[in-house]
Amino acid sequence: MSANINHSLPLEYQTEQNRLNILGFWVFLGAEIVLFATLFAVYGVLGHRYAGGPTPSDIFKLNDVLIETLLLLTSSFTCGLAVFFMRQRNMKQLLVWFIITLLLGAGFLFMEIREFIHYVHEGATMQTSAFLSSFFVLLGTHGAHVTFGIIWAIMLIIQLLQRGLTPVTARKMFIISLYWHFLDVVWIFIFTFVYLKGMVG
Amino acid sequence: MGIKWNEIFVGGDPLLVGSQIAIVLTVVAIVVGLTYFKKWGWLWREWLTTVDHKKIGIMYILSGVLMFFRGGMDGLLMKAQTARPEMNFLDAQHYNEIFTTHGVIMILFMAMPFLIGLMNVVVPLQIGARDVAFPQLNALSFWLFFSGAMLFNISFVVGGSPDAGWTSYFPLAGKEFSPGIGNNYYAIALQIAGLGTLMTGINFIVTILKMRAPGMTLMKMPMFTWTTFITSIIIVAAFPIFTVALALMTFDRLYGTHFFTLSSGGSDMLWANLFWLWGHPEVYIVILPAFGIFSEVIATFSRKTLFGYTSMVVSIVGIAFLSMIVWVHHFYTMDAGPAVNSFFSITTMLIAVPTGVKIFNWLFTMRKGRIQFTTAMLWALAFVPNFVIGGVTGVMLAMAAADFQYHNTLFLVAHFHYVLIPGVVFAVFAGLYYWWPKMFGFMLNEKLGKYHFWLFTIGFNVTFMPMFFLGLKGAVRRAYTYSAESGFAPLFLVSAIGSIILAIGFAVFCYNIYWSFRYAKRNVFHDPWDARTLEWMTASPVQFYNFAVVPEVKQLDAFWHMKKRGETLTLKESDIKKIHMPSNSGLPFYMAVVFGITGFFLVFEAHIAAAVAAIGIVVGLIIRSFDYNDGYYVSVDEIKETERTWRNVEGGTENHVG
Repeated sequence: MSANINHSLPLEYQTEQNRLNILGFWVFLGAEIVLFATLFAVYGVLGHRYAGGPTPSDIFKLNDVLIETLLLLTSSFTCGLAVFFMRQRNMKQLLVWFIITLLLGAGFLFMEIREFIHYVHEGATMQTSAFLSSFFVLLGTHGAHVTFGIIWAIMLIIQLLQRGLTPVTARKMFIISLYWHFLDVVWIFIFTFVYLKGMVG
Repeated sequence: MGIKWNEIFVGGDPLLVGSQIAIVLTVVAIVVGLTYFKKWGWLWREWLTTVDHKKIGIMYILSGVLMFFRGGMDGLLMKAQTARPEMNFLDAQHYNEIFTTHGVIMILFMAMPFLIGLMNVVVPLQIGARDVAFPQLNALSFWLFFSGAMLFNISFVVGGSPDAGWTSYFPLAGKEFSPGIGNNYYAIALQIAGLGTLMTGINFIVTILKMRAPGMTLMKMPMFTWTTFITSIIIVAAFPIFTVALALMTFDRLYGTHFFTLSSGGSDMLWANLFWLWGHPEVYIVILPAFGIFSEVIATFSRKTLFGYTSMVVSIVGIAFLSMIVWVHHFYTMDAGPAVNSFFSITTMLIAVPTGVKIFNWLFTMRKGRIQFTTAMLWALAFVPNFVIGGVTGVMLAMAAADFQYHNTLFLVAHFHYVLIPGVVFAVFAGLYYWWPKMFGFMLNEKLGKYHFWLFTIGFNVTFMPMFFLGLKGAVRRAYTYSAESGFAPLFLVSAIGSIILAIGFAVFCYNIYWSFRYAKRNVFHDPWDARTLEWMTASPVQFYNFAVVPEVKQLDAFWHMKKRGETLTLKESDIKKIHMPSNSGLPFYMAVVFGITGFFLVFEAHIAAAVAAIGIVVGLIIRSFDYNDGYYVSVDEIKETERTWRNVEGGTENHVG
């Protein structure tokens, strides 16, 4: 399995086990798409059931959301740069851009948590109405994914420092970049179908 | 949130106290036995830490047998309670708990592990692989399933069982109407087990796509591998919906959200939709691998290649697609309107088309075949007419207008037992009798197997055939008793007697395992059935690396044609190369323990304790991330040694059929 290194391929695709892992992760992302699609469907059903509580236009602070969006979209770009430098075998640039990615991700999380605290202070908790239940769980699931990604990435940075770029660490780096871009795509849907639609409708 | 801690241990009822004592005694006996025979190290090295797909499969199957016993007991208790009118054997609450756990256990903890167990044992062998794509993840899948199953099973002695039906419809399953913790068990135990199932789906998709022997194109795969592949795709597409549904249920029950509640804008019908969006594909997740097993068994014992292979593949793909667009037929009566009901009525009836194609393909496979009436084949033969009864009554139920008459009666209950028992349980038995020698190196006794077969099939029909008529007369499901004036008593009594015959059949099966384990001949031929697919090419029981040299596949039924060409037992020792194998790991077992503990605290709404236990999960993930164990190599000498032991057995081996 770990034998048969094919040097003509990018580092992360060189061993058979790596190719299996990457395909497996794509399939896992398929499952994640179903998971988020279900949460969006739930939000679609419940999103207008305010039960006398606050509506989106009462509470949403679009300025903060715009900053969150910019932070996360930029982090996807820097994550792409990190993988670009990994392909160039440039460890230093890889780490720099990967750490910038994480800082942007952490900034996003900070803004999102602040936003949630603001809502709770306004009396909009997830127990208030079906709209807020589905709002908090949809966004909370995304935020939990980002948190998990940051912890995962820190573990990976330690391994990159310990071991350098090997087919295994390159594969791990590649897979986490898939994960990170995926979370970005989910956020685009959240921004569109939760925030923009909430402010317009 | 209002848990009465002094009522955690359910007491009072002699049945439950008896169960508690039995559980304690069994645990003590197991611990004492393992210590006395000094088997702890063996258990840890050979089983708890194994990543071998064959051993994981065997553990799944063993769990399936245990859960069949548990779920069967629930069934017998229900039959005892309804044997006579106005019985006082179980009270209404106890009856509610028992039909709930019966349903959940039979589907998720009996049918699923039996089939996933057979998939684990057989599929890598059928495609000529050394293991699945992610062996350690496979172990994690099993241990998460096991953790969830155990958590669910302790509910009836610790805290109370869920009692809102296996569908757990809201608002009944919500905190407002079910304030106890029983339904917390449902939400959390199924979540843990479901994670394991999702990982199994991913694992088998990658395994089947990427690890087939050279020459085995998709359309040369054995049918069981095909059905496993499609099943895995349905798992990945459907289980995340259940994950979300259960998570939202957990939020509603534990954290006071309003997804499915009646107040504050929640929608109880949202639960019904989400549940069946997963639940209907789930039916096909258990039925498709079973179809695969029948295809293998029927082709082998008809001594013919499977009739209509391509149409079989098209049919299972079609069934998989249709399985996603029929879910509303589970609640026609809940006011979705005639247009919606008509749509789902048509899609539901459409499923009969690919299923019918498969039935005819099996019949044509048998036509002009030289059929051998082995126990495995008997199950496959009995499957056809019994399953057709289930299928035809299914088409009756599919008619939305007519369903208003049938729904929520025992007619429905009889229908889905006629689908699931011949469809899944018969298949599992067929598969076990068929592949048993491959797993253990000895056969199950064929004579006992035939007793098992006749008792079980007769008992099954006597139990469930009367329920069609009871249902048409208006007997509702899930009612714990009925009046003498209803006139239901005679048929209920017949049904109860049938369930005893069914139970005796299962007991004979358990005795058969015991008898064969003790007395069956051990020098069984590696290909005792003169079979057609690659798993029969290697030793019985299979050596841990599966194949000394990965075979090259030229056509469908590869092994059959190799035998025709006389190239099966010839192994050039110069072809043998060292083999890479994955190392054992205790981490999956550890993860099951911390998941179980976290789940247990969550069930009891001890949020801080659960959060602390959840740190253990994160620690496990971090340990895994830093684990660079790359497996090991089996040396050429060891492989040669192993291969010589089974390829040249002194005095010849016994060929049971030929």
